[in-house]
Amino acid sequence: MQLEAMYQEIILDHYKNPHGRGLREPFEAEVHHVNPTCGDEVTLRLHLEGDTVADVSYEGMGCSISQASISAMYDLVLGKSVHEALGAGEDFMTLMQAKGDPAVAEKLEDSLEDAVAFAGVSKYPARIKCALMSWMALKDASARALATTTPGGTA
Amino acid sequence: MTQTVSRPVGAHEPLPLDVEAIRADFPILTRTVRDGKRLVYLDSGATSQKPRSVLDAERWFYENVNAAPHRGAHALAEEATGAYEAARATIGGFLGAPDREIVFTRNATEAINLVAYALSNAATAKEEEFRTYAVGQGDEIVVTEMEHHANLVPWQQLCERTGATLRWLGLTDDGRLDLSDLSTVVNERTKLVAVTQQSNILGTINPLGDIVARAHEVGALVLVDGAQSVPHQPVDVTELGADFLVFSGHKMLGPTGVGVLWGRYEVLDKLPPFLTGGSMIEVVRMEASTFAAPPQRFEAGVPMTAQVIGLAAAVEYLQGLGMERVEEHEKALTGYALAKLAEIPGVTVIGPPDTVARGGAVSFTVEGIHPHDVGQVLDDSGIAVRVGHHCAWPVVRRYGVPATTRATFYVHTGYDDIDALADGIRAAQKFFGTV
Repeated sequence: MQLEAMYQEIILDHYKNPHGRGLREPFEAEVHHVNPTCGDEVTLRLHLEGDTVADVSYEGMGCSISQASISAMYDLVLGKSVHEALGAGEDFMTLMQAKGDPAVAEKLEDSLEDAVAFAGVSKYPARIKCALMSWMALKDASARALATTTPGGTA
Repeated sequence: MTQTVSRPVGAHEPLPLDVEAIRADFPILTRTVRDGKRLVYLDSGATSQKPRSVLDAERWFYENVNAAPHRGAHALAEEATGAYEAARATIGGFLGAPDREIVFTRNATEAINLVAYALSNAATAKEEEFRTYAVGQGDEIVVTEMEHHANLVPWQQLCERTGATLRWLGLTDDGRLDLSDLSTVVNERTKLVAVTQQSNILGTINPLGDIVARAHEVGALVLVDGAQSVPHQPVDVTELGADFLVFSGHKMLGPTGVGVLWGRYEVLDKLPPFLTGGSMIEVVRMEASTFAAPPQRFEAGVPMTAQVIGLAAAVEYLQGLGMERVEEHEKALTGYALAKLAEIPGVTVIGPPDTVARGGAVSFTVEGIHPHDVGQVLDDSGIAVRVGHHCAWPVVRRYGVPATTRATFYVHTGYDDIDALADGIRAAQKFFGTV
């Protein structure tokens, strides 16, 4: 069975007991992202204090990979600067493009924390978009939040 | 993973088709997937596998006859034209239709778009007879809530282009068309009713007779989406009584890149073209052109000749098995699958619960496990199913589920494939700890 390689215990834990789930106030940006090939959806709100990610609240429906990915992302970006959070998103994208290369996962272990457990997903091209949906939503929300909170800011 | 479960009544009855002999005709079924697992292909509803005779027919064409049909007068051009038109006759014969009513398209989707664009082009056609079926403001187009996106979005777009109104027939809780308001939804303003013969997600076979009768009563055209019916049951256009029938070759053992629009000749003859260019013309001058009679009017450009010939080989393969037997085979498998799934706690079938007026698309949910995850566990055992909304998003929304897992059957499917499916679902439940 190769299943365990993808469905790491840590992923199943996040799926069964998601961290930070639910939509909360206040927030500067709310985005809704869908995965048109499978119907997965997430609504994500971002609250910034200065340039610090003060809260990421969300509701979504979808497979274990998509839902666990949001939960792991919540843990990772909370309290970080927007710049650091987006950097983590870049690292996660790199992990998803690694085709299961363990060297890439090892290198990103420190920056991605629990989210490095998604390394096994990168071997299944059809599931990569599931894991990426939440990060795409965060990137979108960050751009919108910065545009509304920064005077003369550009999205 | 093997479980001892009592087999439902009838499970041991031999299937109408000789599955082992048929499997030997499909080269791909000898390969393994995911570390040496037997390929259990339950995704024929998305695209079917191809028997050797279809692959051979395409190769035969390219190695022996290849030329552009209906152009040129050399030996190969004549033979290619002959082979192309012989294939049209084979496919027409399969449907009980004369050759001139068979139009080749890229797939069922393109065939539907052809009709939708012809109806909006009709409004501005300079030839009066091409305006016969023009759709405009105040007109209505009727679809159903169970349509594949291919038989929904082109009609939404036609309405947007023309100012016509889109209406639809809803669904009942057990996966049937709700025809209680048929006589109001289909009315004097209706120009066309587009309906699937067999739902790609629910498996439902629709009572087309009632719908066709009502549509014709009010002078509306009827387009039948046969993408999931023509491959799986006998379809005769005379019995059908509709005005158009569309289907794709690749879902019926044929190649990708070829589909069919059957149209009643009197109707086709009054439709303006959709795509224009070479070989669909009568006379071309710099100022303007006139068009060929159907079917050539709707076949612009060099056609997908090898694919058409491959599709005719697929039709011959199906005729060799007999479409009645194909239908009975799938009915037996569907009954077996419904019974096997009913034995698994937490599994809910979305669609008719028995085999009455039902084809072999079996969609289901597994409590507590998202369809993607069900599909992933099945895939790990070599079982190919479809997961998601199956290009019928309004249907999953109607039944309050985000997506489903769908198994579809065909001529090479046996009881062993369905046993593997049931075992795989139980494995998924064990893996995700829901039982």
